[in-house]
Amino acid sequence: MVSEKVTVVNAEGMHMRPASLLSQTLTPFTADVKVVFNGTEFDAKSVMMLMSACIKCGAEIEIKADGPDEKEALAKAVDLVKSGLGD
Amino acid sequence: MPQGIAASRGIGIGSVCRIIEHELKFENKKIEDTAAEKNRLQEAVEKFKAETTEMAEDIRQRIGKKEAEILEGHLVMISDPAMVGEMDKMIDNKQCAEAAVTAVCDMFINMFSSMDDEMMKQRASDISDIKTSLLKILLNIHDIEISKVAPGTVLVAKDLTPSMTSQIVKENVAGIITEIGGKTSHSAILARALEIPAVLSVPDALNLVKDNDTAIVDGTEGEIFINPAGDVLSTYIRKREDFIRKQEELKKFLGKETLTADGKKLDLFCNIGTPKDAKKAVECDGEGIGLFRSEFLFMNNSHLPSEEEQFNAYKEAVETMGGKTVIVRTLDIGGDKDIPYLNLTKEDNPFLGYRAVRYCLDNADMFKTQLRSIIRASAFGKIKIMLPLVTCVDEVRQAKALVEDIKKDLENEGIPFDKNIEVGCMIETASASLIADLLAKEAAFFSIGTNDLTQYTMSVDRGNPKVAYLYSAFQPSVLRSIRHIIQCANEAGIPVGMCGEAAADPLMIPLLMSFGLDEYSVNPVLVLTARCIISKWTKEEADKLADKVMAMDTEKEIVEALKKAAKD
Repeated sequence: MVSEKVTVVNAEGMHMRPASLLSQTLTPFTADVKVVFNGTEFDAKSVMMLMSACIKCGAEIEIKADGPDEKEALAKAVDLVKSGLGD
Repeated sequence: MPQGIAASRGIGIGSVCRIIEHELKFENKKIEDTAAEKNRLQEAVEKFKAETTEMAEDIRQRIGKKEAEILEGHLVMISDPAMVGEMDKMIDNKQCAEAAVTAVCDMFINMFSSMDDEMMKQRASDISDIKTSLLKILLNIHDIEISKVAPGTVLVAKDLTPSMTSQIVKENVAGIITEIGGKTSHSAILARALEIPAVLSVPDALNLVKDNDTAIVDGTEGEIFINPAGDVLSTYIRKREDFIRKQEELKKFLGKETLTADGKKLDLFCNIGTPKDAKKAVECDGEGIGLFRSEFLFMNNSHLPSEEEQFNAYKEAVETMGGKTVIVRTLDIGGDKDIPYLNLTKEDNPFLGYRAVRYCLDNADMFKTQLRSIIRASAFGKIKIMLPLVTCVDEVRQAKALVEDIKKDLENEGIPFDKNIEVGCMIETASASLIADLLAKEAAFFSIGTNDLTQYTMSVDRGNPKVAYLYSAFQPSVLRSIRHIIQCANEAGIPVGMCGEAAADPLMIPLLMSFGLDEYSVNPVLVLTARCIISKWTKEEADKLADKVMAMDTEKEIVEALKKAAKD
């Protein structure tokens, strides 16, 4: 298992478009990817779960990946969040 | 007469067609062949996806990309493993497909609607729409075909779902009335995109009307009239004609330069509060951003925004504007705008106290972070820095010194930025107005903030109803102040704009033209209106009017004279 903390920088936070971009980008990976926010884990491949976390701009989240391609999945997720999730 | 939320401007008059939702009843029977039931669900989901894809494509072509995204969002949600996966699990427990759809959707609807976030609440209505569509497919229910209503129809519904809206033929629907939905709901967004007058959130609307009743929908005021009397009807027919005529007239100004009647080019900019608003400014044909309020970064936040967070926001706005000017006003807090985590102390006179540029200069680290992120964003477009609430020359000098320090740092670090980035100031205090000639030597540009300028010049709290009558930018003192500021800027050869509400006021515009204002910064939705008014006046006419009213003694006389001279 690998993990990294990252700050959500896009103004809207984890809304529809950012959440679907993140979940769709991660779906092809075999690894299990979770977003940890406020002590709760959310499935990062599920747009509904990501939105349900109610993550706002400026929030610090932890991304965890577990599985054969965990390193690649984590790197991709972290890059995406840092770059503002397409916003 | 019933009232609701004015969600889409204009007047619609027509014959009522009620859209009554079928009750989506089903028998909750135990399923033995769960594999077959899962198959049935899967087929319904596939059908839903196919229909939604088709509708999204149709909306994209007929209405627009942004509106189609709502339905594309539905596709993303239904494709989420958490949705169908959970439904399958319920079918495994011998529930029927309808029960599974209802339970899983309701779970998400409850989750999203309990969140304290307007956009998330909107997701609840998305899921509710998905649930209804899926149940209709499973139960084989067909709705009234909205696409086939007769011309001159006023649709009355509980709520207008995107799947309903997608069927609307603009030419046939005169107006929309719903029982639920707010200004930012899908119904509202789509009604505005289709330019159909709409009044939403009218309690019990479906019971107030019968099919074929005559209804007036006043989407500008948020009022509806059912079977109105003859005089009301004729009044509204006239109002509708006026509205349509004005809209047609305004459309002629789309994509045009802002020119006075005698051909002088003026700048027509927009006031925005978030980087996303910049898109709106572009859509509304704004020629730049005259005021980007940076408070949103600080207010909708739990902590002081980092340099990166701010940089991304400014960069986004600048890139959206594609080379057009973006004037960022540095943090304007204190007064009526509190930010909890800054722990500002309560003051007896907050509007005269520790706020805006005073606070920023005293908290230099925080201020430098903001300035640095703005200056970094200048590498991506034309950005300017504007200081709020300036009262003396030292404040501008101090801020400029900080800017110079930061520029040196950035140069040493090899970070790109615009070396000629301008620092200007708001003129919104009596003091700044009186020393406008001195400030003009330090500031690269001025922007007149009429809201504060009026308040400080008239010494009046506009929130206090007992004295609010004094609050008017047409008071002789305020007008003299505005004229003086513009003169000083013109004499010093620096550009001068106005970003208060007065910049879009049809009565004020000819005066500003006469005084020599270069840049008018308005709410995006008022761009075309302002451009239209500017186009009607020559400098000579404006001068004549200004000479006349500037010699008057009272606000009342001035406003009356301006109203009489107004060009509709």
